[in-house]
Amino acid sequence: MAKSTKENFMDKKLSRRKMLKMTGASAAGVAIGASGLGGVLKAFGVPQWLDDDTSVENKVNFYGKHQSGIATEVQSHVYFASLSVLVKSKAELQELFKMWTPLAVSLMNGQQIGETTNGHIPPIDTGEAVGVDAKNLSITFGVGPSLFSNKDLGLSQLKPTELNDLPHFPKDQLEEAYTGGDMCIQACADDPQVAFHAVRNLVRAASGKVSVNWTQAGYNSIPVNKEGKRETPRNLFAFKDGTENPRSDKAMNDVVWIQNGESKPWMTNGSYLIVRRIQMHLETWDRTSLKAQEETFGRYRHNGAPFGKQHEFDAVDEQRKDDAGNYVVPETSHVFLARQVKARIMRRAFSYASGVMDHTGAYDAGLLFISFQKDPQQFTDIQNALGRLDKMNEYITHRGSGVFACFPGIKKGSYIGEALFNA
Amino acid sequence: MKATSFAALLLAGGVVMGGCGNSDDTAKNGDSTTEQSTSNSATTNTLDKETQAYKDFALEQLDQFTKATEEFVTAFKDGDIEKAKALYPTARMYFERSEPIAESFGDLDPAIDARLADLEAEGQTKEDWTGYHKLEYALWEDSTTKGYDKVADKLIADTKELRARVETVEVTPDMMINGAVDLLNEVSTSKISGEEDIFSHTDLYDFKANVEGAEKIFEILEPSIKEKDAALAENLTDKFNAVNDLLTNYETKDGGYVSYTKLTEKDTKALSEAINQLGEPLSQMGTILE
Repeated sequence: MAKSTKENFMDKKLSRRKMLKMTGASAAGVAIGASGLGGVLKAFGVPQWLDDDTSVENKVNFYGKHQSGIATEVQSHVYFASLSVLVKSKAELQELFKMWTPLAVSLMNGQQIGETTNGHIPPIDTGEAVGVDAKNLSITFGVGPSLFSNKDLGLSQLKPTELNDLPHFPKDQLEEAYTGGDMCIQACADDPQVAFHAVRNLVRAASGKVSVNWTQAGYNSIPVNKEGKRETPRNLFAFKDGTENPRSDKAMNDVVWIQNGESKPWMTNGSYLIVRRIQMHLETWDRTSLKAQEETFGRYRHNGAPFGKQHEFDAVDEQRKDDAGNYVVPETSHVFLARQVKARIMRRAFSYASGVMDHTGAYDAGLLFISFQKDPQQFTDIQNALGRLDKMNEYITHRGSGVFACFPGIKKGSYIGEALFNA
Repeated sequence: MKATSFAALLLAGGVVMGGCGNSDDTAKNGDSTTEQSTSNSATTNTLDKETQAYKDFALEQLDQFTKATEEFVTAFKDGDIEKAKALYPTARMYFERSEPIAESFGDLDPAIDARLADLEAEGQTKEDWTGYHKLEYALWEDSTTKGYDKVADKLIADTKELRARVETVEVTPDMMINGAVDLLNEVSTSKISGEEDIFSHTDLYDFKANVEGAEKIFEILEPSIKEKDAALAENLTDKFNAVNDLLTNYETKDGGYVSYTKLTEKDTKALSEAINQLGEPLSQMGTILE
């Protein structure tokens, strides 16, 4: 056992430069102020500062203007975790994000968060991602409204006015078990175990500082066409999800990224994550005629084109009427109603299938809806427009909900959420 | 440079573990690295004083356990169901505190403490079942002490044998450190789910005793831990306090604990999380052995 671990360590191709960097960084020894695993990480010289390793296969960069996992091309798996904080001061919370920063970089580099050197203690990294590459892992950190009302942390002055729990929407049946959270970690990867490993190790390293509130795993099946181009994934109702997402830089700045002066300064270049755990009633959907299914969305199932159009990305013309004077896109369809307001969002949804509902035996399956927008109001406006009219309501029930302010991207040498703590 | 020191530490870890009795492993690990392993094993902390202190604690607990078991069995054989029921949970606590030691006897632990579910999982039946939980079944489920004399007598005999055999146990630092973690694992897997005392629902007594057993190990090792990682020692003190504070919510006026059936899901979740938050730093106590 000891021998193979040794070989692994020797095999790791650490450039001389990186080695110097690591040693230097650990010598600098910024105090983590944590014991337990955090203390061990410190004791074993896990560096306080790590860079993205661009030589790694299938690698998403950690550092940048924006956090990863938002504009990042959607991966095939997500492990989403809502956390409660147990720390009792702003300083401890800051230390937590400092401690997490190099761990997140290691994880996104496809490396273990630490090497185990003492057989008398548990391995530092839980190890289930060893042997696979970075799998395009992205890790997105956000903070919820309840973090700012926690008096111990003294952050109430810094709460952006737009960060609030979502209002109650028609037909919501939210369950406490899937609602809210002081913080979230969204780990996305092209491998379910890599995504889970990231959350598991971050939470474990923060033992006693956070507890898991609720989690949900999800997946996407991403088709690739003959030219090798990725196509929009389909949800469990078999309709394409994310067709209308903003794509250009301008559209992203208009819809997703908070610009200077649009929120609290610490949120500049950040975004809001909204998560909804939406149960899809697959049994009733599956006995709905194709025509009625398409009228529910206002799009054709086979290619995703809006009613009256040929192609998926053709613009929706919700004003168009047929010869009899009826709207071509039905007035109760999801697309028609969503377009009654100007607001746009960026959808980054995943499907989930988590066994069966205890009391009905129906699939507990649906959509882990995740969207990004510069203001939660954008989502609220759309959801209100859907209201009671949405034909989709017949087939879905919103059971979980969360709103999280996702920090701006992290500069090299900085740490997650620095702007909040320096504000 | 760094790589070499990592490897040396790794190998030292392997040798120390091998030292617990598996000579094959020691030989293999030692193949190409005799020099490193000897230089490192020389610095290995043997903690003689601490292991002796723990052995003394275990012996004292098992003395008490023998005494309490005799009182329990006497009441039981007298047919005094109420008295036996009252003595059952507290007598067990001595055993639960010193479980890392009792467990080292693969035959006596099940003879004294097996649950029916454990036996059934191994293809045995109620007939093969002995020990505390069988008498628990008699008291709470069967509501009679008749027909259980043999089991009651065997419990006394097994308890005395356990006490006698513990004299011969060689306590190692590893046994203590793993034992502390195992005690909490016991809590996490069977006490918190109410599966330990499925008839009497006195699981919280066992819960408390397991925590006390782990805390004793920590107390004995605390000076060494402080020396190596003061923050870890402080964190452990905090986390033990958190668990103990939480448990006081479930104390009864007579100094006992409420029935497991009184706990809500919220209660068990809070207790379970407090145990996990203690278990994670507790598992780092091995840092004193490197």
